[in-house]
Amino acid sequence: MSAPTNQHQAVEMERDAHDRGSSDHVHGGAAHGSRSSYVTGFVLSVILTAIPFGLVMSGVIGDKSVVAGICMVLAIVQIVVHMIYFLHMNRKSEAGWTLMSLIFTIIIVVIALTGSLWVMFHMNQNMMPPMNPASAAEMSDQM
Amino acid sequence: MTSTTNVPPGAQNAVTFYDTDPHEHPPGQSTMLGFWLYLMSDCLIFAMLFAAWGVFGGSYAGGPRPSELFELPLVAVNTAMLLFSSITYGFAMLAADEKKQGATLGWLAITGVFGLCFLGIELYEFSNLIAEGAGPWRSAFLSSFFTLVGTHGLHVTFGIIWLVTLMVQVSRKGLIDANMRRLQCLSLFWHFLDVIWIGVFTFVYLLGVLR
Repeated sequence: MSAPTNQHQAVEMERDAHDRGSSDHVHGGAAHGSRSSYVTGFVLSVILTAIPFGLVMSGVIGDKSVVAGICMVLAIVQIVVHMIYFLHMNRKSEAGWTLMSLIFTIIIVVIALTGSLWVMFHMNQNMMPPMNPASAAEMSDQM
Repeated sequence: MTSTTNVPPGAQNAVTFYDTDPHEHPPGQSTMLGFWLYLMSDCLIFAMLFAAWGVFGGSYAGGPRPSELFELPLVAVNTAMLLFSSITYGFAMLAADEKKQGATLGWLAITGVFGLCFLGIELYEFSNLIAEGAGPWRSAFLSSFFTLVGTHGLHVTFGIIWLVTLMVQVSRKGLIDANMRRLQCLSLFWHFLDVIWIGVFTFVYLLGVLR
């Protein structure tokens, strides 16, 4: 008689956990932002968008690689801002599974992007004949 | 089952490793996590398209270059449209939390209008490029450009269709739990598209013009 009772209790406890979990999604503060957090996120992303556009369109900084570097850094900062203020990412949502899956995705994305760019860059270097006559002449001199 | 006959001492705390009783899961309790996992897989699709752009972005095939084609003021306006739609969707969610149905529908409608402006500007840009002879067939650079930006635009299109569907559902059924869940899923989707757009305007437009 005791075994079924135990099972029943376990099921009840599990149900309680589910109920609490689901009410968190719908009513809890976990996945929600406040008005001020939305406005903060918006102001930050406007600034972080305006700076790179301004830099590229005005051409204040002459060195293109510096401008490109600043743009990329600001883009990464803005993505983090969006994640926190608009997507409400935190360590606790869904018992940490959203953060875990996000980290996994980022790892895959980094491997795929760096791998593709790296491999294809070297393939271009090694396989493509030089296009402009000047470097072709250099090439034949070396050979 | 529920009879509380004499339970031996210690049996209360006995560990149950599995339960054989069928039990019901409340509807939607895993929806948010499932939707997040879908977004992550969508993220991988965009990552591959970005990788293709990174590889082909400089292959002009003797055709036009990004600095000759892209109009940054137009892209800036487009970015503003998407940013505005993000905060108005945030306001729609806040209104929904406060159970204000009219305000929710109003903010959703404004979000939809911004989304449509974004799509309109993007289609205008695409049609201009194609009219100039810089269609996706011109070079690998343009193929990867149209694929990446077009895929993002398709996502926005489906987001707007979903938005309108939700507005109908909210106006008919009110802000019930199921509709709140749907609103939250679309919220994730909409803000996710904004995150992808950050990558697009930085790596495609700004870095493309600098190239």
